[in-house]
Amino acid sequence: MSTPSIDIPSETAVRRIVPAINGLWVLLGLIAIMALLPMVASPYALMLMLPFIGYSIALLGFNLLFGTTGLLSFGHALFLGVGAYTAAALTSKFGILSFELLLITAALVSGLVSLVIGVLCVRYTRIFFGMLTLAFGMLFHSFLFKFYGITGGDQGMRVLRPLLLGMEWRGGKTAFLTGPFYYYALILFALLGLAMWRITQSPFGLHLRAIRENDGKAAYVGVQIFRMRLIAFVISAVYGGIGGTILAVTTGLADPELAYWTHSGNLVFMAVLGGSGTFAGPAIGALVFVLLQDFVMSVTQYWRFVMGSVLVLLVVFMPQGLSGTVEALINRRKGGQ
Amino acid sequence: MQPAPLSSTAPMFETINVTKAFGAFKALSDVSFSVSDGEFVSIVGPNGAGKTTLVNVVTGLLRPTVGEVRFMGQDIAGIGPVELARRGMSRAFQLVNIFPALTVRETLAVAVASRLRRVGNPFRSLKRDGVLQADVERVAEVLGLRARLETVAATLSQGEKKLLDIASAFALNPSVILLDEPTSGVSSGDKHAIMGVLVTAAKAAGVRAIVQVEHDMDLVERYSHRIVALQEGAVLADMPPDAFFKDPAMISAVVGTRPQTLRKTH
Repeated sequence: MSTPSIDIPSETAVRRIVPAINGLWVLLGLIAIMALLPMVASPYALMLMLPFIGYSIALLGFNLLFGTTGLLSFGHALFLGVGAYTAAALTSKFGILSFELLLITAALVSGLVSLVIGVLCVRYTRIFFGMLTLAFGMLFHSFLFKFYGITGGDQGMRVLRPLLLGMEWRGGKTAFLTGPFYYYALILFALLGLAMWRITQSPFGLHLRAIRENDGKAAYVGVQIFRMRLIAFVISAVYGGIGGTILAVTTGLADPELAYWTHSGNLVFMAVLGGSGTFAGPAIGALVFVLLQDFVMSVTQYWRFVMGSVLVLLVVFMPQGLSGTVEALINRRKGGQ
Repeated sequence: MQPAPLSSTAPMFETINVTKAFGAFKALSDVSFSVSDGEFVSIVGPNGAGKTTLVNVVTGLLRPTVGEVRFMGQDIAGIGPVELARRGMSRAFQLVNIFPALTVRETLAVAVASRLRRVGNPFRSLKRDGVLQADVERVAEVLGLRARLETVAATLSQGEKKLLDIASAFALNPSVILLDEPTSGVSSGDKHAIMGVLVTAAKAAGVRAIVQVEHDMDLVERYSHRIVALQEGAVLADMPPDAFFKDPAMISAVVGTRPQTLRKTH
């Protein structure tokens, strides 16, 4: 009996289309443009770019959890809050002004907090994971809000101007933020972007994607699901803490709103807006979100209504987000002759 | 023609008086069987005979209610899939079980990366890991998936998806492979092709024993060294295929009377 071959090519087989420009170059291109921005943009525009950098860093981490590992957290603002309050406590209570120390401490504290929370949360997936992270976020928000003596309650805590590389800046606040701090944050963004790129392109990142795709199968090929999810959770929290520190220095205030669940929702919005399936997508989402929010808020007081409508339209018409849609268009053009 | 067993020494793994109960229902009762180095063993039986439960117990997914499961002399009852893979036993599933959005190369790299312990450092490059990539290509070559390395798994044909599932079990360099109906859901022509590839690949990859659960008696007769027949959770027979297929009572107990009735109606 002859054995038929299984090499019959299936008609639907699709080779992975390697995008001409990978996500890292998009991100670095964006950062390069931002490096030139101070030559042309107004201080007001530059001040808008600082939250964008803070959010983008947080979203690099958020997307390792969401886009890569498949875990959607509704409490990620908690780690922005941890970063911000760490910066506030160190500068205004302990007199530590070195920005490097603030960053390292914020990263360590968010890492530790996420380790404890993560051990509980990453045992669950989908809606259960989402609800648990939401619950922890709300717990932390109540703590910030109610423990007036420690956290300043609804008044928040002041974040003093830090020293960059040990150097003091004697000029005004805006000049500090749009000058040295802007470049410092931008370089930090680039370095953390490179690090995250390495993570997503590593065997570790591959295991995270395998978990996202099919965790039952992943276990049988030796993927340590719980450990991998926990590490991804901790890395994403460290990025969140660093992002939160930048946000807090920008506004000069650690505010309980930073850790509020609607702020977590904003992070999800930004990731979906830019496209969580691509590396640079969430950063693009953050940029568009910050600019759109600023514009809509200047036009109408019903800005939440407008932002909500944008989200609805996005989910219906562009489920892949902005960068995902652009990528699909490019691929279609390439594929169709 | 049946291939002769390579050697028959101490069992590679065995179940000793295993009973598995789910509440009042006994899915397995007092099952003992063993698999030796070089053997290809088929587990057969009608639906509900406990075949899949047996595989789940043997692969450490379910802990037996009573009894022992030993692999290479060690008790592996309930150790779980990750530890099982590490000790050298891998498993392919009845239903096609793939990572839909990953390419064939990435799918195999998942298994190879865990075997070579490449995941400890999250900054290590996957693409530039020559040893890992060479190993991925070797496994793809053995299972005839070389030309498909960059193809997204979800878009492969049904037969190729099966092969990929089996290939990722092979990528762990296991000493024993357990296959739960490796050819279910593929055309009968593809079945023989897949089994052929599998047996050749097992030899090439140094797999020392294969255990399969299979309904297709044609495949069972052709590839097994030994048949373990289950009926209502108990071992009905444990014998070589020629003895098994000479016994009409055996065949009707395992296959039921369905083939005859089918033949009559056609």
